[in-house]
Amino acid sequence: MTEPRKIRLATVSLAGCFGCHMSLLDIDDHLFELAGKVAFDRSPLTDIKRCGPCDIGLIEGGVCNAENVHVLRAFRANCHTLVALGACAVNGGLPAQRNHLDLGRCLTAVFQSRPGMDTGAVPDDPELPLPLDQVHPIHEVVHVDYFLPGCPPSGEAIWAFVSDLLAGRTPRVAHPLLHFD
Amino acid sequence: MNADLETAPKRDGLRRVAIDPVSRVEGHGKVTLLVDDDGHIHEARLHIVEFRGFEAFIEGRPYWEVPVMVQRLCGICPVSHHLAAAKALDFVVGAVPVTATADKMRRLMHYGQILQSHALHFFHLSSPDLLFGFEAEVGRRNIIGVAEAHPDIARQGVALRRFGQQVIAATAGKRVHGTAAVPGGINRHLAPADRDALLAEAEAMVAWAREAVHLVRRLHEADPALYDRFGHFESPIMSIVRADGAMDLYDGALRMRAADGGIVRDAVPPQFYMDFITEAVKPWSYMKFPYVTDLGAERGWYKVGPLARVQNCDFIPTPLAEAERRAFRDYLGGALQHAPLAYHWARMIELLHAAEVIRDMLPDPDLTAGERMAGGARQPAGVGVIEAPRGTLIHHYAVGEDDLVGWCNLIVSTTHNNQAMNTAVREVARRYLDGKTLTEGLLNHIEVAIRAFDPCLSCATHALGKMPLRLELRDRAGAMLDRIARDA
Ligand code: SF4
Repeated sequence: MTEPRKIRLATVSLAGCFGCHMSLLDIDDHLFELAGKVAFDRSPLTDIKRCGPCDIGLIEGGVCNAENVHVLRAFRANCHTLVALGACAVNGGLPAQRNHLDLGRCLTAVFQSRPGMDTGAVPDDPELPLPLDQVHPIHEVVHVDYFLPGCPPSGEAIWAFVSDLLAGRTPRVAHPLLHFD
Repeated sequence: MNADLETAPKRDGLRRVAIDPVSRVEGHGKVTLLVDDDGHIHEARLHIVEFRGFEAFIEGRPYWEVPVMVQRLCGICPVSHHLAAAKALDFVVGAVPVTATADKMRRLMHYGQILQSHALHFFHLSSPDLLFGFEAEVGRRNIIGVAEAHPDIARQGVALRRFGQQVIAATAGKRVHGTAAVPGGINRHLAPADRDALLAEAEAMVAWAREAVHLVRRLHEADPALYDRFGHFESPIMSIVRADGAMDLYDGALRMRAADGGIVRDAVPPQFYMDFITEAVKPWSYMKFPYVTDLGAERGWYKVGPLARVQNCDFIPTPLAEAERRAFRDYLGGALQHAPLAYHWARMIELLHAAEVIRDMLPDPDLTAGERMAGGARQPAGVGVIEAPRGTLIHHYAVGEDDLVGWCNLIVSTTHNNQAMNTAVREVARRYLDGKTLTEGLLNHIEVAIRAFDPCLSCATHALGKMPLRLELRDRAGAMLDRIARDA
């Protein structure tokens, strides 16, 4: 008998702080159990740089620049089940605090008239992805299958959620594990 | 080959090779190389590609929100931002010094942060390169691969990180983005039950941290040709140290040593950082390039973080880590170690120090009881400085009489290392990649050099790009969500 195929899991941080990935690692010793069941595809924890066909994609962070849009769309195209993990992916989170500011004027001023800085031009190299005027939640750009709130969702909540998915159940995260801060 | 490699004199006819994204680091970065037909490298740059603009939107917020907001700069070292902000705002609310209870709770939280971040960086992110080799198969170069090949190392690494996170949860209220440090003090005590649970494991953590130091030391001793030379360059080093020269990651004054180890600046009060450091801007990165003002941009850049701290202090005030510091200094007969891979060794010495500090602090009765808040005459501004896991972190706020932040400035740890990381990338490009066919394994050499610095690239992004923009973002149905049209 062949071993059952491992479930493929990809993760990415878009405009997030990495805290949701930290919470994923906060499953602590369950990490070894998880590794027995899944194979990691693209993730900041591996050196796979492009998302291949996957069963589950976990997205941390909202969309703040053109590159985020491309990466998010590649995840949607490749992942059977796409999850918005944490406040930033769900609704933009703290980075979206900049949405009420005029990006260009305000921060150009910040860049060029700060004490303690050389007077210089604002970075404008074509290697830098174009920033969007606003930070967007990911569901405004692609279809999202599940939303897990929290900033970040706790390790327990992520483990409960992922365990359900791996077992083929519709995820139900018990109320005490759900929080929004 | 272009000697400097920062900027190719002529770009025509060169091929672009990108490492995008740089992986097994925190945050968003990429490396680009410009290569000619013979494989010679003409340009190598580490770009920080994301912009967030925290400094802009903190302005106008009530000051008491700040320690909680700024943590979202970084989920790996949120405690560092939480505490640097609280320390800066202590000045604003006239609470300097804070109470013994507040000081000790914050210190304990901070050393929990150092422990978990260093464990995460070494075991989860970097150890695959060091244990399997830089050109090992891609699918194996991760913590799962380590767990299969070296289960004991992986289990101890996961446990050390977990313990650090539990120290943070017990002091800050949550593992990631806690709320306990407030301007003027702390809003909770350590619960005796949490203390007892942590104490029960503390000695084992010290022992495992010590094994981690020895593991890295063995790696160095087994292959000095690699560990001492890979990406090597010399530069000054900078960190804060305690008044008596001891390592203190929570508080102190700035000290800088020249590349030969001589002290060139000492006891610089952190509130004068603005006279001391200037930040330069380059068009191809959102991360700024700081340098010591009176040394100039060419000579005045420096390294921060564990490699700087372990060699900048005169001693480490816990015995096991101090013994390891001496062994580290003796390794080159007292000369400063500059090789990027020596960061890992220094980082594990700090991991051990943090484990010792936590074990020794836990029984202190000031943690479980005592006055939590202090206060005094309001001040218009404050500077908070701390040694975050990755290096010196500076937060500076001006607060109006309306309690709103009028202005803020952040210099985050990774930014100090910007020039150093770029220099290491170019050293590796020159020595290992130039004239070769660029395989995945060779490109990983560049990432190994970057990882040594443990960069936190999301921390380092707080500036804005201004570019000619023509961009439309549409939803699934094709409806326009966002359109940008702006000229440079
Ligand atoms: S939801 Fe919170 S923890 Fe997650 S990326 Fe956003 S700010 Fe960080």
